[in-house]
Amino acid sequence: MAGDDIHRQAFREEADELLMELEASLLELEAQPGNAELINKVFRAMHTLKGSGAMFGFDDIAVFTHDVESVFDRVRNGEITITKRLLDLTLGSCDHIKWLLETPDAANEAENKGPELLAGFRSFLPGQEPQGAPGGTDDAAAPQQELEKVESIYRIRFRPDPMIFSSGSNPALFIEDLGEIGACKAFLYMDKVPPLDEIDPFLCYVWWDVLLRSSERVEEIQDIFAFVEDQCELVIEPIAREDEACESLISKKLGEILVERGDIDPEILNSALSSQKRLGDILTSAGIVSEHQVESALAEQQAAKEFKDRRAPQTPAAASSSIRISAEKLDLLVDLVGELVIVQAQIKQAVAKSGDVFLNSLSEQLERLSDDLRDSTLGIRMLPIGATFNKFRRLVRDLSAELGKEIELVTSGEETELDKTVIERLGDPLVHLLRNSIDHGIESPDERQAKGKPRAGVVSLSAEHSGGEVIIRIADDGAGMDPGRIRAKAVERGLIAPDAELSDKDVYSLIFLPGFSTAEKVTSVSGRGVGMDVVKRAIDQLRGGVEIDSQRDKGSVISIRLPLTLVIINGLQIRIGEEHYVIPLSIVEECVGLSRHGGPADQSQIINLRGESVPFIRLREWFEIEGTPPSIEQIVITSVDGMRVGLVVDNVIGEHQTVIKSLGRIYRDVEGLSGATIKGDGSMALILDVPGLLRAINEQPATYREN
Amino acid sequence: MSKTIMTVDDSASIRQMVGFTLKKEGYSVVEAVDGKDALSKLKGPIHMVITDLNMPNMDGIELIRNIRAQAAYKFIPIIMLTTESQAGKKQEGKTAGATGWIVKPFKPEQLIAVVQKVLR
Repeated sequence: MAGDDIHRQAFREEADELLMELEASLLELEAQPGNAELINKVFRAMHTLKGSGAMFGFDDIAVFTHDVESVFDRVRNGEITITKRLLDLTLGSCDHIKWLLETPDAANEAENKGPELLAGFRSFLPGQEPQGAPGGTDDAAAPQQELEKVESIYRIRFRPDPMIFSSGSNPALFIEDLGEIGACKAFLYMDKVPPLDEIDPFLCYVWWDVLLRSSERVEEIQDIFAFVEDQCELVIEPIAREDEACESLISKKLGEILVERGDIDPEILNSALSSQKRLGDILTSAGIVSEHQVESALAEQQAAKEFKDRRAPQTPAAASSSIRISAEKLDLLVDLVGELVIVQAQIKQAVAKSGDVFLNSLSEQLERLSDDLRDSTLGIRMLPIGATFNKFRRLVRDLSAELGKEIELVTSGEETELDKTVIERLGDPLVHLLRNSIDHGIESPDERQAKGKPRAGVVSLSAEHSGGEVIIRIADDGAGMDPGRIRAKAVERGLIAPDAELSDKDVYSLIFLPGFSTAEKVTSVSGRGVGMDVVKRAIDQLRGGVEIDSQRDKGSVISIRLPLTLVIINGLQIRIGEEHYVIPLSIVEECVGLSRHGGPADQSQIINLRGESVPFIRLREWFEIEGTPPSIEQIVITSVDGMRVGLVVDNVIGEHQTVIKSLGRIYRDVEGLSGATIKGDGSMALILDVPGLLRAINEQPATYREN
Repeated sequence: MSKTIMTVDDSASIRQMVGFTLKKEGYSVVEAVDGKDALSKLKGPIHMVITDLNMPNMDGIELIRNIRAQAAYKFIPIIMLTTESQAGKKQEGKTAGATGWIVKPFKPEQLIAVVQKVLR
């Protein structure tokens, strides 16, 4: 190493100077053998030669000088007097050191006068064994035995001397150091801190109890406190080892721990135990131990428990916290709860009519209970979506390998919960969308590099709550969609008119139309054009919505909005003539009045809502309901796929807990209806599928307008 | 701001090695050849002192006592460089107010470890 060479060279030059000085001092010393300053000079020179020599790899010089230094230490202390023989020896050793400096490898043994000189010096040191190379610092000592590292819990009590600051030590740093060799829990005791006006800021009043879980040995923990070992009270006790059973420790009572630590006497413990209060409280209120000491001892129990838990993870206790039941039982339970909610609504209505106060309060209680029961039952059906996300990791890995692309799947919001049925039915659409992103979205690594993007593409899958819905996003940082190409294809397939005016967003949603595929070549992964319309349909069936956003070369984001559950929803009950309908509350924005001026011919089908033009649909006409509408109708403004549409109804009745009952096989495909529910009075209301309704209207404008 | 460490040693090679090692770690270094020199240079922001014990003019022990006597440096970490044969000196140094010690010979990594232990 270059640094080493510089230092070695520096040492050689320094040693030369020192040796010259040393020689001069020795010659002077011959003239005045009692001169203490000269003796000191010689000692210091030897000392520096030894210390620096060892530092820069001149070990032989260090070994040799050690004994010379020892002799001069004695001379300094007046134990040995300077003699001619000693001076001769010392001058000889100057020459020897010079020789050692110049012949670094001590190659020529014949010229080595070292042993002879050392023997001479040792005659001045009676009873002293020749010493080996000067030992290093504590941690540089001979290679330590590689002991098997076993984790243990240590109890460390560290009471720094109040004067500890005056040596420039910061006791808190030692606690930090402990944290670096293992998991540690420190308890600070401030019981010795005096009132503010008596505090001497130069004194340390606090002390610590530390529980440390570490694989270091006691000696290594002691090393941390080496600088302050004489300025503190330090007790390090191993209290549990990983390879030992720590049951005894866990079962150890608080009192036992306090006694073991020497905080209390066994007798005090026994007398305290005869009382009925909790041991910790007794000891604290009796002033025997501080609350802190109790807390710390309790933490020790806790640490031992955690330690044990770590060794035997997932014991039967964990298993008993969840049970598996069959999905059928759960579905049955949900059905029953649904029935209960309906009956409860009927009771509520009947009781309200009777005007009986007692029954009314009972009915209110029943409502609260059935609400809670409904929420917790539906909660059982909620599952985190994370498991579904994880299934896709393998898919992404395999697909990207097959297509020769580098793709990373990033997921977030795994903890988001959705109804079991929703999650089950979501799997296939998500697979389609992911395949699309991987196949059409992410470019090949070379293509990406040419665009200045990282070679590896990122597909991210995220879920999050948003109001009563869950939004799932599939985003990629790929090529993005080309509205022009989609448009051209749609025209080619006859899906839109060549002169149709469409926003980019409308163009993107064309890919959800049946029989659409933009991939130049059909791959095994995706692109037969049977995917996206299926996706759209599946999501519609879940009463969700899907939306695409895309930017050229930046990537695409597909957002799926889903209801939390399929079983019970909050609905807005409305009335048209004698018919009742329910609109899912999640899409309702507001209700406004619409006064009827003029006849049907005058219908503009558009309302000006605070400056915004909102189209509306007369449900009475769409469902061909007989009768005359009231003079003032209501418009329920709904938001569908980011667009506002008004639904004209006779009357808005109010919020209604809607238990969804699916329609029979015959009615299943009726456009605009997604199910039915039973109202409080036992009669039925149909649930509107607003997006489906709008689709149906758009598809047959002629029929509708004729009305 | 980088912290400033004063290194006091009569051995030029030790000073060079200590200074070199500390500078490489990003510390500013002030060098002094003995206790007297060190005291004359002890002004302004000095965050730590590393001193040899055996030095002409004023030795390390005396230097530590003098540093501790100044209010501004009463609590800064002071590390002494000792040899294994100076157990007594080590004690004397501690009594004078040294924070810790490094036993010579030491490696640059050991020096840095000790500096980082006391200077944060």
